[in-house]
Amino acid sequence: MIEAVGLTKRYGDKTAVYNLSFQVRPGAVTGFLGPNGSGKSTTMRMILGLDNPTAGQVTIGGYPYRRLPNAPRQVGALLDAKAVHGGRAARNHLLSLAQLSGIPARRVDEVLGVVGLQDVARRRSKGFSLGMGQRLGIAAALLGDPQVLLFDEPVNGLDPEGILWVRNLMKSLAAEGRTVFVSSHLMSEMALTADHLIVIGRGQLLADMSVKDFIAANSAGFARVRTPDTEPQLREKLSSALTEAGGHVLPEQDGALRVTGLPLPRISDLAHDCDVRLWELSPHQASLEEAYMRMTQGAVDYRSTVDQKAGLMQQLPPGAQPPMPVPGQGQPGWYAPPPPEQGGQPFAAPQGQQPGPQGAYGASAAPGAGMPNPYAQTAPQAPQAAPAPAAPAQPAPPAPQSPAQPAQPPAAPATPAAPTKPEDAR
Amino acid sequence: MAATQVIRSEWTKIRSVASTVWTLSLSVVVTIALGMLISALSKNEFDNMSRRDQLSFDPTFVSFAGMTLGQLAMIVFGVLVVSNEYSTGMIRTSLAAVPRRGTFLFSKIAVATGLALVVGMATSFVTFFLGQAMLGEHKAAIGDPGVLRAVIGGGLYMTLIAMFSMGVAAMLRSPMLSLGILMPFFFLISNILGNVPATEKIGRYLPDQAGSKIMQVVAPIDDDTPYGPWGGLGIMALWVIAALAGGYVTLKKRDA
Repeated sequence: MIEAVGLTKRYGDKTAVYNLSFQVRPGAVTGFLGPNGSGKSTTMRMILGLDNPTAGQVTIGGYPYRRLPNAPRQVGALLDAKAVHGGRAARNHLLSLAQLSGIPARRVDEVLGVVGLQDVARRRSKGFSLGMGQRLGIAAALLGDPQVLLFDEPVNGLDPEGILWVRNLMKSLAAEGRTVFVSSHLMSEMALTADHLIVIGRGQLLADMSVKDFIAANSAGFARVRTPDTEPQLREKLSSALTEAGGHVLPEQDGALRVTGLPLPRISDLAHDCDVRLWELSPHQASLEEAYMRMTQGAVDYRSTVDQKAGLMQQLPPGAQPPMPVPGQGQPGWYAPPPPEQGGQPFAAPQGQQPGPQGAYGASAAPGAGMPNPYAQTAPQAPQAAPAPAAPAQPAPPAPQSPAQPAQPPAAPATPAAPTKPEDAR
Repeated sequence: MAATQVIRSEWTKIRSVASTVWTLSLSVVVTIALGMLISALSKNEFDNMSRRDQLSFDPTFVSFAGMTLGQLAMIVFGVLVVSNEYSTGMIRTSLAAVPRRGTFLFSKIAVATGLALVVGMATSFVTFFLGQAMLGEHKAAIGDPGVLRAVIGGGLYMTLIAMFSMGVAAMLRSPMLSLGILMPFFFLISNILGNVPATEKIGRYLPDQAGSKIMQVVAPIDDDTPYGPWGGLGIMALWVIAALAGGYVTLKKRDA
């Protein structure tokens, strides 16, 4: 169990982490997410007693790390895969760490086998690829068979087989009742690995909830509707019928429609009523990545701009078309729409319910009270989990007060920001 | 956590990198080879020396002449042992495993010092005997008064130089910065300060000037140094203690 209370770290006048309080519980994989420079690594270093907090404290099993008895047998950590002396052989690196805590040398050979480095055990780690370095770092974390494990970006540089291995390793470690705390910005990976999420942005807590709640609270699902390509007028017809019925319709690049605010059976009924055949009607659950992007949009420090290539661009030959921008994230409407309970979106109001007197927030009670929403199954729980200003007893209390509060659905999709691809491409 | 565990671990670290072997053997080879060369040259030049120089001729000190260069390799050894941890980022892994930073630093220094002592002593004795062999009829014997003290002192001098470098490296953290300060200091600045009359009186309190007094058997004529051989080594030891204390405080206070 890792417990942070009011953790704050300042470097000069730059606040890296501010008033962070969270608990990492045993028996689950807890994902630690945040944009670059949001304070993830600083928090990890403070947990390990490497950096002293400016204020607040963080304990492992009730002790600050520096006072933890026989720390290497209780806590294993992978902070930086490259943090090894390149001239030292892999086995000697692990041996020196093992000897620190009185772990016998045969355990070194065991963990080398576990991470699959037994064949290069006597080679200098200088020649290791990033993936091999990660494996070496994971081996170091596993050495003492600890109850608490911290991994900072463990899958960076691993091949697909290695990623699968790490995923299963994390899950099995958690299943054995250990505390597993993993930072990553690979959202798809986190969605598969983590049970619980702690999200920070600009050093402050944005969310502390289960993965399922997080997705439900930050991004709603949608239905994809496709009418016969051969008859475009049907698409217009259905589109207006759906809008009339209170749905929100966004055209997709390939001619399909993205519909929110209406349950699937209702869409089907409406299509039937206006005599439109459907080629596709499919539910889409928002991904963790979409939910994360939505939440952290306001807290991203490093954002790429469009490459203007001023002065570098060759003149296009006469008559040539400039290349169309590739559709993708960052463009208006690309992200999944915001959750129904936030901010009284016109498309979020389900049929027959007026958002007026209840306020924006109250509208979301509809799916739970009225008809079940088949493509947003988690929506009924969303009001409890969402960091909405109207409900102070939220799992993520600091978020609404934070100036970096990202959950501003009306503005968010319209931000014509360039792609904010996280550093997983690094 | 038992200090013996940390010491075992530091021994594994120090023996498993190539830089240890390279710097220490360079120090041995340079000290011995240069000592032999200068001893051989001194023997040939002895008859051409002034009467005054012949009277104060110190065969023991001459055979240690290689140490002025050999100590530089010792400095590199001391700096690398400590600053390698920082330049590679290994320090975070190490300190995560040894939360008690004092135990960590002093175990590391103890292991490196032990190694430097063994190597320094061996170098000192070999240098002495080979140097004396080169000097022929002008040689000193190990049994002569003060000679054994000088030879043991030579080994201690090299050890203390390594320790001083470790302390400085623990304060400065960067190997480039540490070497960039220590190398010119010991190779140039200390010599200049010690030989220019105006600064001579300050210069002789610098660690290497004070420490090397222990290797002198025959004092130069009109020598007015206010301390003896052991006093000089004591002054050097004070410098070492100051550097190590500074390194300890730095490690304790600062974020890794």
